[in-house]
Amino acid sequence: MTTVNQMRAIHGDKVYKARPNWHAGLPLIPVFVFLALLFFFPVIQLLTLSVQTKGELSGVHYMRLFESDVYIRSLLITLKVSFYTTLICVIAAYPLAYMLATASGQTRNSLILWVLMPFWTSFLVRTFAWLVLLGRNGPINKWLQGLGLLENPLEFFNMVGTMIGMVHALMPLAVMTMLSVMETIDANLPKAAATLGARGGQAFWRIYFPLSLPGLAAGGLLVFITALGFFITPTILGGGRIMMIAQLIIEQVEQLLNWGFAGAIALLLLLTALVIFYLYDRLLGMSTLSGSGSADRSAAGGGGGMIGRGGAYVGGIFINVIGWICDRFGELVEVVRPIRPDRPRKTMSRTIMWITGITMLVFLSAPSFFVIPVSFTEGGFLEWPPEGFGTRWYDLVFDSPTWRAAGIRSFSVGVISALLAMAISVPAAFVLTRHKLKGRTIYMSLLLSPLIIPRILIAVALFYSYAYVDKFLRIGLIGSSLGLVLGHAMLAVPYVVVTVMAVLKNYDYRLDQAAWSLGANKARTLWHITFPLIRAGLLAAFLFAFVTSFDELTIALFVSGGLATTLPKQMWDDALLKVSPGLAAASTLILIFVTSMIFLAEFLRRKASKS
Amino acid sequence: MSEPAYKLKIRNLRKTYGPVIALAGANVDMREGEFLTLLGPSGSGKTTLLMAVAGLLQPDGGEVWIDGRLATYMPPNKRDIGMVFQNYALFPHLTVAENIAFPLRMRKVDEATIKKEVTRVLDVVRLPQVAERLPRQLSGGQQQRIALARCIVYKPSIILMDEPLGALDKKLRDQMQLEIKHLAVQLGITVLYVTHDQEEALVMSDRICLMNEGEIEQLGTPDELYFRPTSVFAADFLGESNLIKATVSAADGSAVTLKAPGGATVKAAPARFEVRNGQQITFMVRPENVHILGSGEKADNEVTVKLDDVVLVGQVTKAYSKLGGESKLSSTQLTRVGTRMPKAGEEVRFGWSVDSTVLVADKRPGAAA
Repeated sequence: MTTVNQMRAIHGDKVYKARPNWHAGLPLIPVFVFLALLFFFPVIQLLTLSVQTKGELSGVHYMRLFESDVYIRSLLITLKVSFYTTLICVIAAYPLAYMLATASGQTRNSLILWVLMPFWTSFLVRTFAWLVLLGRNGPINKWLQGLGLLENPLEFFNMVGTMIGMVHALMPLAVMTMLSVMETIDANLPKAAATLGARGGQAFWRIYFPLSLPGLAAGGLLVFITALGFFITPTILGGGRIMMIAQLIIEQVEQLLNWGFAGAIALLLLLTALVIFYLYDRLLGMSTLSGSGSADRSAAGGGGGMIGRGGAYVGGIFINVIGWICDRFGELVEVVRPIRPDRPRKTMSRTIMWITGITMLVFLSAPSFFVIPVSFTEGGFLEWPPEGFGTRWYDLVFDSPTWRAAGIRSFSVGVISALLAMAISVPAAFVLTRHKLKGRTIYMSLLLSPLIIPRILIAVALFYSYAYVDKFLRIGLIGSSLGLVLGHAMLAVPYVVVTVMAVLKNYDYRLDQAAWSLGANKARTLWHITFPLIRAGLLAAFLFAFVTSFDELTIALFVSGGLATTLPKQMWDDALLKVSPGLAAASTLILIFVTSMIFLAEFLRRKASKS
Repeated sequence: MSEPAYKLKIRNLRKTYGPVIALAGANVDMREGEFLTLLGPSGSGKTTLLMAVAGLLQPDGGEVWIDGRLATYMPPNKRDIGMVFQNYALFPHLTVAENIAFPLRMRKVDEATIKKEVTRVLDVVRLPQVAERLPRQLSGGQQQRIALARCIVYKPSIILMDEPLGALDKKLRDQMQLEIKHLAVQLGITVLYVTHDQEEALVMSDRICLMNEGEIEQLGTPDELYFRPTSVFAADFLGESNLIKATVSAADGSAVTLKAPGGATVKAAPARFEVRNGQQITFMVRPENVHILGSGEKADNEVTVKLDDVVLVGQVTKAYSKLGGESKLSSTQLTRVGTRMPKAGEEVRFGWSVDSTVLVADKRPGAAA
């Protein structure tokens, strides 16, 4: 004790007490200031606006929501479309995710690329592809007629077309979310179930399915929330028959300039999303359909309560019934095809799963390519089969100053916004990976929140805030590339943070320590050691940010006013006027460009993971 | 039915993965209640063999008989086997009781019996208090015991274990080795066990099946494998060994006389394969059987060597030298208070008996040269 006291006398308490590491969190400041200005503040401002009329607090906007049944009907349609989209997405995505999760490493990596490709391929391009495919004289109607299944062509441009387009757009999201959970399921568990006497069906429903349920729930939730804010697909593929909430919001802003009311509708959407989120969370109690109610709750996330317990009970019965059916079916199959212990077995179920999975992959990746043949038509219409072969529409796109300007603008906005997003997000990713900060989860959820709020709401809010700032400062955020760059950078922040954090998690921190011990200071270590090692990961993050901006329409729709548009905005405007093969030509060019970007990113990612 | 009733009979079982031969015609028989360990380095085919018995992979050819029934291509759920996985493979969303009840449910046992049986096996593995817990709330050792309980509850013909102690720390592993062995004896269960840990194999097994490059190198009791290895690989894999190349100078029924490097004459126990005069051969003697002879002490085989190193390793002291300046020969003595150990550089006489001098084949006997 004496020595300790002596030392304390000499050095002060500093020797024994670690300094509070407050400056470790400094690199978080830019990204949070940025998000505060471009995300949190605008969203809150819009919501405040919705409870005001002429500067006074009032509920007029909300009263109007219920005055006519237009808005409630639209909300119900939105919910209906989103619900069915989610249902179909989840059911269709599950076998595909299961196939990917159980495939061997090499096969899985190349197949995942085919899921990711449509995920990142321009949204508008995919929608136009369906416009071609589903047309009255489109390939699908032609084939159905050719097969003799149809007399007259089917009309797809209604609910059906909308649903097809939305399922196609959102399924990759469901697949990737489910896959991330399925990948954590120990491959030995189904095997263990088999050795314990379970038939394939029983092993799947009693063991694998309950364990994969959190992924199914999360995937479903993400799809649902995203679907709520959709407007591109219902506008283009709905044939004017589907009016979703987001379309109403756009109408209010673009045609009526009624911000307050747009805010009120947006809030209605947000509240709906939150209520769904809450109910979903409660219901997650049923997530582990364990058979007797004692579930692995932490894996599921959700809790008990009445709804939860009821869900667990129903889930238990469901599992028992389906297990029983599988067993009876299995017995039946064994009667028809008895088990031969002296001959190799062919597992039928895996073949069926592969056929289903590959069908889903084709559904996901093939449609986009239909824009290519159509774009080479010599005719004046988007038609099937294309008339002759020529590059007349490409010439049109290349010769048009608007298209050229839009292309250049999209590219430069993409590059600059991606660089900006990188500059503010990478330091944050470093801090969040390496330091055990207090409230790390809160920081993370704040950084990821632009992903969860419906994008249409963000766009309207941003538009209003820009207008507000312009009124006082005359920066000209609206109609300028600056406004677009800022908005797109904000949207890219979550993607960059997640990608870079994933890369850093695999980075051996001791390499930095080794560099320091060898005499390099922090800056030189970063430059000579850290960056070269994570270069490929950083480039991938950059590309993701770039593609996010390059494909973005919602913000561009409001913010890029006037003549200067981006590619997606130009395509959108064109599509609303007249759908011409020129769109297909532009789509083909974008498709080729974005696809090569994705393959480049994937190539770099693989190179990084190898080294 | 002329053969005796074996619990497990494996005949000429083969499996290849592309150009790699994982299993090149294995033959194994197991009696009821026997504890047989498949031992070998990674890639030796031991896991392939186990998985083929479990029905988790389909062999290219050969036969697997379980309890007198042909099961070569039978699905795992029809085989009446139990399996303990390396990471236990307990179902994380089910409680311990539900995990143990699972195989009974699959066999449509009534709920009352299930309850009784679950309680019974939890008592057997001495964990009656954890029934309602989830697997991740248990320690590694406890999970291990529950995995075992889940197997013994439905009394399968044979229990397969795939390196079940691999994830445990050394001390717990030692304890579990004895526990599993006692349980197996007490319940009379037949166990096919896989490990790459030679000590574990020696401690637990009735018989060891030593595997190498997809083939069975030697199959016998731990004693046989340790004291009478038939090949260089077997001698080298189990325990420490001095392997010395020598030339046969005379062979009769009771002993083989060899000319060792440095000119010493060494007498070895009769080989279990044919040897000819003048043949190049390897003999093996365990370091613990090589004694440092005091003045006046005699041994069957004696050589004078200069010590290169003397190392105290704890309970034993090792003395290293080279026979004829090339073949490594070491001696291991118990470290005792008051014993004077020679120093490095000293010349000493090493001595060992004929019995401990074992002739080993460079290739496994019977294998093509």
